[in-house]
Amino acid sequence: MYAFDIERPTTIGDAVSALGHEEAQALGGGQTLIPTLKQRLAAPAKLVSLTGISEMKGICTTDDGSLCIGGGTCHADVAAGAGAYPALADLAGHIGDPAVRNRGTIGGSLANNDPSACYPSAVLGSGATIITSNREIAADDFFDGLFTTALEDGEIITEVRFPVPEKASYQKFEQPASRFALVGVFVAKYADGVRVAVTGASEGGVFRWSEAEAALSANFAPEAIEELSVDGSGMISDLHGSGDYRAHLVTVMTRRAVAAAH
Amino acid sequence: MPKDGGIGASTKRREDVRFLTGNGNYTDDINLHGQAYVHFLRSDVAHGLINKVDTEAASAMPGVLRIFTGADFEGVGGIPCGWQVTDRFGEVMQEPAHPVLAQGKVRHVGDPIAAIVAETYAQARDAAEAIEYDIDELPAVVNMKDALKEGAPKVHDDLKSNLCYDWGFVEENKGAVNEAFEKAAHVTTLELVNNRLIANPMEPRVAVGDFNRSTGDHTLYTTSQNPHVIRLLMGAFVLGIPEHKLRVVSPDVGGGFGTKIFHYAEEAFCTFAAKALNRPVKWTSTRSEAFMSDAHGRDHVTKIELALDKDNNFTALRTDTHANMGAYLSTFAPSVPTWLHGTLMAGNYKTPLIYVNVKAVFTNTVPVDAYRGAGRPEATFQLERVIDKAARELGVDPIALRRQNFITEFPYATPVAVEYDTGDYHATMDKLQEIGDLSGFEARRKASEAKGKLRGLGINCYIEACGIAPSNLVGQLGARAGLYESATVRVNATGGLVVMTGSHSHGQGHETAFPQVIAEMIGIDASMVEIIHGDTNNGPMGMGTYGSRSLAVGGSAMVRATEKIINKAKKIAAHLMEASEADIELKDGAFSVAGTDKSVAWGDVTLAAYVPHNYPLEDIEPGLEETAFYDPSNFTYPSGAYACEVEVDPETGRVTIERFSAADDFGNIVNPMIVSGQVHGGIGQGIGQALLEACAYDENGQLQTGSYMDYAMPRADDVPFYTVDHSCQTPCTHNPLGVKGCGEAGAIGSPPAVVNAVIDALQSGGKNVTHIDMPLSPSRVWAAMQG
Repeated sequence: MYAFDIERPTTIGDAVSALGHEEAQALGGGQTLIPTLKQRLAAPAKLVSLTGISEMKGICTTDDGSLCIGGGTCHADVAAGAGAYPALADLAGHIGDPAVRNRGTIGGSLANNDPSACYPSAVLGSGATIITSNREIAADDFFDGLFTTALEDGEIITEVRFPVPEKASYQKFEQPASRFALVGVFVAKYADGVRVAVTGASEGGVFRWSEAEAALSANFAPEAIEELSVDGSGMISDLHGSGDYRAHLVTVMTRRAVAAAH
Repeated sequence: MPKDGGIGASTKRREDVRFLTGNGNYTDDINLHGQAYVHFLRSDVAHGLINKVDTEAASAMPGVLRIFTGADFEGVGGIPCGWQVTDRFGEVMQEPAHPVLAQGKVRHVGDPIAAIVAETYAQARDAAEAIEYDIDELPAVVNMKDALKEGAPKVHDDLKSNLCYDWGFVEENKGAVNEAFEKAAHVTTLELVNNRLIANPMEPRVAVGDFNRSTGDHTLYTTSQNPHVIRLLMGAFVLGIPEHKLRVVSPDVGGGFGTKIFHYAEEAFCTFAAKALNRPVKWTSTRSEAFMSDAHGRDHVTKIELALDKDNNFTALRTDTHANMGAYLSTFAPSVPTWLHGTLMAGNYKTPLIYVNVKAVFTNTVPVDAYRGAGRPEATFQLERVIDKAARELGVDPIALRRQNFITEFPYATPVAVEYDTGDYHATMDKLQEIGDLSGFEARRKASEAKGKLRGLGINCYIEACGIAPSNLVGQLGARAGLYESATVRVNATGGLVVMTGSHSHGQGHETAFPQVIAEMIGIDASMVEIIHGDTNNGPMGMGTYGSRSLAVGGSAMVRATEKIINKAKKIAAHLMEASEADIELKDGAFSVAGTDKSVAWGDVTLAAYVPHNYPLEDIEPGLEETAFYDPSNFTYPSGAYACEVEVDPETGRVTIERFSAADDFGNIVNPMIVSGQVHGGIGQGIGQALLEACAYDENGQLQTGSYMDYAMPRADDVPFYTVDHSCQTPCTHNPLGVKGCGEAGAIGSPPAVVNAVIDALQSGGKNVTHIDMPLSPSRVWAAMQG
């Protein structure tokens, strides 16, 4: 780890101004950034810790029934407190291990947009809205490929607003070593249609499987997508599985998510 | 039995009190006054010519004390190899130099180019980034068969080729074996890989070097399984320090699994630099460094053939193995694919003719050496896989085929040079069928099928050679060491005992089990016995712990020394009671005169030894302290039968282990709880090898599994609750305790059971899959199912 300065603002406003400093880097729960710093793979001059900002923590329900989660809320708190959206609580409760879940935050995970992370699939699969320090971004506009998002420099995810579906499920097939998602599929059934978001699989990061969405919107049953397949050529291929294997798992995990949705 | 636990008691581990309360004293806990820190600049290319290492700017960085490169070790010895194998043509193996820091070339990712000593780790790392070095990358050899091709890049330019040795065993049998294959009614052939593993002890390696300028004494604190061996190897072959001026201390060590047997460059460097700088020098490996500098394990590529007659009797076995040595010869590397592997190829079976060919190959990868089981898992895996395949090809029950070919008469001389003293393979198989409820398997298979899962049952038998080893025998086989063990038993005036053993405990529970043996012999509480190990300044020369040898060899030395103590104590007791020595009996911690009510307590005798007022000074010396060295006359041969039941998810290829049963014969057992723990841990590691672990290099020699993000270690939820049984006991006939050793059995016996089970599951689902190379990851199993 190289030497760095650290600031611990207690309001979003202070955090934004601290991040205005050149070479400043926001620090959420640190589950990706701290190991990166330890490996000396990043050298920010200043870290701005977001963990002391109480207005960015917690879970509430809006008048229209959406579930709002503060950007600084850790996974364990979502697992325990997002009972209104069981599939989301279940996803949060199966990220990493207890240490990760008690440190890592939803805002940190989304801002990092690791192609194997779980949360991006829930956000995209729910058509959630990402609320930042200066605007609202629709999930469909937020994710922009591996480790890339619509966030601008110094912009902080303060809240994520999830419309609660009639039914949903997240099915994760774990990479054996890291236990990140080798393939994770989030399926959510809303009154106006079904959304299917896939993480872990694609070279382009989290994506919506629109063919499956159409078929499941017509008939929300596993057999509705029996004949569908995903092309393995755009899929990640590595030690843990070929593109074809991941493409196959997308279909299996989608069927299982539909069957498990509640 | 003494009230707090003699032989056979499941006494709780006394060392766990300090480990579980955070009071262990590990090498990294040792911090010396004025200590400096070393960081190693390691090669990021697998093979390259070093043109330049310019340390000038880096040397001027804050806190830097000195930067060392290979040039500083000109005239210093290299890291030695402790075993010389002679090939099938009578030539000795090719043995390359292994400098402490790279000289001229780097030969694997992780090879140390420079060592930066500074006031802090951070300063040393900063300076490492300022070193200007220029390395011309050369084509790397990674694949063993490619490495042996004509014109392949050479790992060592001064060697004839990348072939370390071409070993045949037993070379004289080769013709007869080939003839038996020509006559065979059936031949089963299998090509397989025994996957390369990284040992991953929880505690990474650490070394602290210290030098006392006023006395000229060197001290090395290091995470070793055998500090005396490190003292000898490093002192005599690397740094030229006589043993009486060098102390090596290995305090609490957090797991070894073999990879902490070997003498490593970092240990020599810290010792060397401490003198050069007149400062203690400390190195603590990061986990990333451990992946690229701890010796790896396994990495064999094998073709095995089994010949059977028309009645399904095994008539001959032939194997052809390539064994990866990595870039340099680690301390015992040459012995692993040869004498620890070829000699086990008979397994539990009376195959009359066996020929084993092993080509050891240099590649641009981390050196490979012993890892839990060392050669014996590789032997067992190929043998038990080919037997299983034969059973399928012949349409016979795999248990019946094994039973039909079991060795049943002991002692049994195998065609591969070893003589099994005892065993009862039908008994362990009977026990396995009982504890594993194998007759209930078909019902469990149906239940799995009802859930959409394929269920398989895999059987495995193993034999291993432990308690290494008879020194005269291993000397003939190329060992450059003896393999005895030592113990000094010191009885204090008030009756307590301190035992200094050459065995080293790094998780085995010696501090609990060893006192149980002595307590049993004398009839006192085990709490009166303290075990001291891990410091060359305490006790005699010892050979350390590996090869399931501590109780069989180290324990035997302890028994011999204690017998000497008892003999002397009887003389003292005879004097105190004015009786004949021949009439003295020792029972429950008291000496009595046979046929009388006269007795003296153990403590009265020990006090007399140190306060010899009324004492036979004309016959014996005061004091009560004895030393014994024990050199075994044979290996020990633990054996067992294992059963694994798996479920395979046919949609994803994911394998889960549903049941695992192990029936082992370890001979006599001192502490059944510790033995069960050893078996559990071994099976866990074996399941890791079978399903999860694989060290992978790309074609350029880059380590692809450089962290736990890609190297899959087994976790608690990857393994089931085990059913283990050690009640089948055929005691070893040639050591005083009748013990055989249990540390490696689980890791040897489990991988073939798992793979056999997966193949069984896939075949039950109509998939024509006859083999999948480990690890049986979901993607590999799924790919195999696609045909």
